[in-house]
Amino acid sequence: MSTALRADRTASAEPGPVRGSGSCPERLQLLGVRHHGPGSARAVRGALEWYEPQVVLVEGPPEADAVVGIAAQEGLRPPVALLAHAVDDPARAAFWPFAEFSPEWVAIRWAVSRGVPVRFVDLPAAHSLALRDQAAEEGDARIDPLAALAGAAGYDDPERWWEDAVEHRTDTGAGGGALAPFAVLAEAMGALREAYADGGHRDDPVREAHMRLRIREATREYDRTAVVCGAWHVPALACAATATADRQALKGLPRVKAEITWVPWTHRRLSRRSGYGAGIDSPGWYRHLFTAPDRPLVRWMTTVAGLLRDEDRPVSSAHVIEAVRLAETLAAMRGRPLAGLGETMDAVRAVLCDGSDVPLALIHDRLVVGDELGEVPDTAPAVPLARDLARQQRSLRLKPEAAERELDLDLRRDTDAGRSRLLHRLALLGVHWGEPTRSRTANAGTFRESWRLRWEPELAVRVAEAGVWGTTVESAATAKAEDTAMGAAQLAEVTTLAERCLLAALPGALPTVMRVLADRAALDADVGHLAQALPALVRSVRYGDVRGTDAGALREVAEGVALRVCVGLPPACAHLDDAGAVEMRGHLDAVHTAIGLLAAEPPRERWTAVLTSLATRDSAVPGAIRGRAARLLLDDGQLDAARAEWLMGLALSPGTAPRDAAGWIDGFLSGGGMLLIHDERLLALVDGWLSAVPDEAFTDVLPLVRRTFAEFEPGVRRTLGELVRRGPQAAGRQAAAAGAAGFGEGLDAARADAVLPTLRLLLGPHGHGDQAAGGHTEGSSA
Amino acid sequence: MTEQALRPHAEDAFAEELAALAAADDRPRPARWNLSPWAVATYLLGGTLPDGTVISPKYVGPRRIVEVAVSTLATDRALLLLGVPGTAKTWVSEHLAAAVSGDSTLLVQGTAGTPEEAIRYGWNYSQLLAHGPSRDALVPGPVMRAMSGGRVARVEELTRIPADVQDTLITILSEKTLPIPELGEEVMAVRGFNLIATANDRDRGVNDLSSALRRRFNTVVLPLPATVEDEVDIVARRVDQIGSGIDLPSVPEGTDEIRRVVTVFRELRDGITADGRTKVKSPSGTLSTAEAISVVTGGLALSAHFGDGVLRPSDVAAGILGAVVRDPAADRVIWQEYLESVVRERDGWKDFYRACREVTV
Repeated sequence: MSTALRADRTASAEPGPVRGSGSCPERLQLLGVRHHGPGSARAVRGALEWYEPQVVLVEGPPEADAVVGIAAQEGLRPPVALLAHAVDDPARAAFWPFAEFSPEWVAIRWAVSRGVPVRFVDLPAAHSLALRDQAAEEGDARIDPLAALAGAAGYDDPERWWEDAVEHRTDTGAGGGALAPFAVLAEAMGALREAYADGGHRDDPVREAHMRLRIREATREYDRTAVVCGAWHVPALACAATATADRQALKGLPRVKAEITWVPWTHRRLSRRSGYGAGIDSPGWYRHLFTAPDRPLVRWMTTVAGLLRDEDRPVSSAHVIEAVRLAETLAAMRGRPLAGLGETMDAVRAVLCDGSDVPLALIHDRLVVGDELGEVPDTAPAVPLARDLARQQRSLRLKPEAAERELDLDLRRDTDAGRSRLLHRLALLGVHWGEPTRSRTANAGTFRESWRLRWEPELAVRVAEAGVWGTTVESAATAKAEDTAMGAAQLAEVTTLAERCLLAALPGALPTVMRVLADRAALDADVGHLAQALPALVRSVRYGDVRGTDAGALREVAEGVALRVCVGLPPACAHLDDAGAVEMRGHLDAVHTAIGLLAAEPPRERWTAVLTSLATRDSAVPGAIRGRAARLLLDDGQLDAARAEWLMGLALSPGTAPRDAAGWIDGFLSGGGMLLIHDERLLALVDGWLSAVPDEAFTDVLPLVRRTFAEFEPGVRRTLGELVRRGPQAAGRQAAAAGAAGFGEGLDAARADAVLPTLRLLLGPHGHGDQAAGGHTEGSSA
Repeated sequence: MTEQALRPHAEDAFAEELAALAAADDRPRPARWNLSPWAVATYLLGGTLPDGTVISPKYVGPRRIVEVAVSTLATDRALLLLGVPGTAKTWVSEHLAAAVSGDSTLLVQGTAGTPEEAIRYGWNYSQLLAHGPSRDALVPGPVMRAMSGGRVARVEELTRIPADVQDTLITILSEKTLPIPELGEEVMAVRGFNLIATANDRDRGVNDLSSALRRRFNTVVLPLPATVEDEVDIVARRVDQIGSGIDLPSVPEGTDEIRRVVTVFRELRDGITADGRTKVKSPSGTLSTAEAISVVTGGLALSAHFGDGVLRPSDVAAGILGAVVRDPAADRVIWQEYLESVVRERDGWKDFYRACREVTV
């Protein structure tokens, strides 16, 4: 016996189910569902099998009628979404997602596999997209029908009420029983809508008017029509509004030109709001409930155990048994018919995870939400992202060509800046159309970029894949960048990403990237990682400064990282082996340059303090690092020559192991030996030390010293050689007076002075612009 | 009733509530349980019965935790309550035992010196020497008595017990028997027997459970106080109690400093600042509420004996440093980072920052 609702009566007028009246029994079945409810999906399948409609109407934009045939193809694998977008403004778009367990999807698949026509009956996307601007202000004024029903039933959690009242009911028998759940739900909704009217859903009267018109059309054509729509709409669709009134309601709606296509979707994104209203929190769990043939709890626990075993946590079958028992006992104690997600997860935590939330988070991420990714066949119409790209290619006059070509951009020009942004954004999306190359033009300033362009055919596929991220290149790149930031394993990845976001001009992604960056920096215990990350970060800050981008947040993070490096570096430098010392010395150089570029006072002062403490530490810190720190201080003018000499004297005194001393020399001298030429006292110290190295240690030290000196320029090496050959007594004033071979004797003060104005011009008013140059010019002009 | 005990057992202190619950409870009870699982949960969480009796809440915390704990006992799995010191593990275990079996005294206190006899059984040596081994010469331990009586036994500080002694529990929990090889007999547990163990999950130097033993337990982690307010309240109350015990002046104006200590502890423990905007590294120490209490008590003593009687930042700074920096290398860096990146920037924390800098460097 059917208890279905009919279209020509108000459902809520009488208590109890409405019966079909004589003339046209069961011409129409309204199947009110919960979007993405597996229980609803199962019920819809049962109802359709029993009722065998000749046409299936589904809540969704009618534009999709054209592409619904694709649902029959094997290539279309849920989760997928119908994506409607305004043709001239792809950023204006709406999604109607479908998962395997969505009632709408079940209905569509049921119909297309039997050749039954499917029609979408909601308001056309052309209107809904145009209406969206106004709808955006609605905010939280809408009522959640499920929450209201759950509240009436005494549940504080709508999700839980729904599980108990609908999902856990397995009593869908044959015959009229197949429709029973829909009647009950429709009745409840009828009562709700009497109380709340449209409940804050302001578009609903218009949408429902449109649905009614389409339903009338279908019932005129076919004998048996089934409608699958949100349960909320059922009372309105069953009410007796006249066709004229409905047409009147639809008059004068704004419209835009809209297009629609299928795009692949993910479980993670099912939890977001969409064209079907609020998302769901646990798509993976729902999918399991829908697909598990029997004993869903046992199967779920087994899956969880499998996941934990893959993560190397010992989980035995005995554990699984106990977890199932505990979940069932919990459900009984809480008075629920079956164990729901809450009981299940509580049991998993207590039995399988030793009470810890860490593995539980993994289970939530992998199973409760899940990584499911849908597929869409090539035959689906192009995604709006591709259109947006084509449009930008036209406006930037940047044609996709298969032939490789070089492109030089001057970023001060608008078009070129736009091209650079586009290429950087595409690169972020994994569409590697252009590959950045070293600028061919000699002055490789920050205003120039060079690219090698080549459009491979498979890039079109990449663009289509990137369609899940958004409808325009900018929004997609922003979403992708945010996602990459969240998933990044290493700090350096995030800093690189921040840099790329700046290059691609994606201010929208920066807050997220910065947050992740700050978190990672705060939690990263390895100073090496922080030191690696700092240079890229400082580059980004400078880049932002140059382009006038607001890089305030970036600067804050960079200074924070610099501070952490300053705190963490000294302890990290102690007790390193040779390889570690070399690596740390590299970090020291990189951080020094970066902090110099940062040009901010607090980190700079601190860094000087760090270097000073390193330079004066005992031999727990390898000589190479102490030497390097001393040299950096000397170059910076923070260490006077006398003190440098004292430090070198300490490092090279007989008490120091020769290897360590050689390391000190390497650290101190690498990157320029001019220092030794100009400061004979230092040279004398090195010379004296080298002569005093005992025989047995000499072979040990030789390769190190040799490597240090081999890095010097040939001219420097020769001059040094001559200075040493002349012996220590030749050092001092005579060295300069005698001059090297081929040079005149003494210093011609007049000619030397002539250089000074030019030098001053080069170095600018502040003498210390460039440290190396500053150090040397001081020496030569003295 | 003889003289009033300093601290009566749970089943005596709340006898009326237990009786009222038993009277109102019409749900199915597992064998030898005094109450149904639902009523046990109500006893711990509090509520009002149909006849108007008000059940006071014994445990203030997530309902889920108590429900899982009670369900565990109902499935005859052993229950392991984990948590840092001061999270009411012992309190919960005592009340669970009182509500389920009406007897919270079957207790084994775990220490580094707990022998096997404390868990199994001992001997009455004069009997043993006079008559040889027999059931009369046997002195049953608390666990053995719980087994034969179908009641709930409790083991406190399970992870303090040496590993080989811990493993005595494996047979008891899996086979539900306790063999007595000297007599060639065994004691079999009757229905209703179960075991609640408590353990400290972040303390150093504990004997971790073997995986064989671990898998006999369902684990419930008791969380730290959920909000700063709760924790400040607990600390202030306990400090006052301890202070009056050792004749320290009570310092009402010290609550600011208490709040500061609690905030620092919470932030370092949770790895995130109170405003949720900055992450920080967590040091290796437990930083439990109990430690916050001892830091504040220590500071109070300092201010009373060597200061002006007002709890000031400098009085607690050294205590905090000692609690935070357990591992001299790694923790010191974490503490300095926290000082520089969080404390220094904070309004009104200048004195505290300076005091900390002084003791840190």
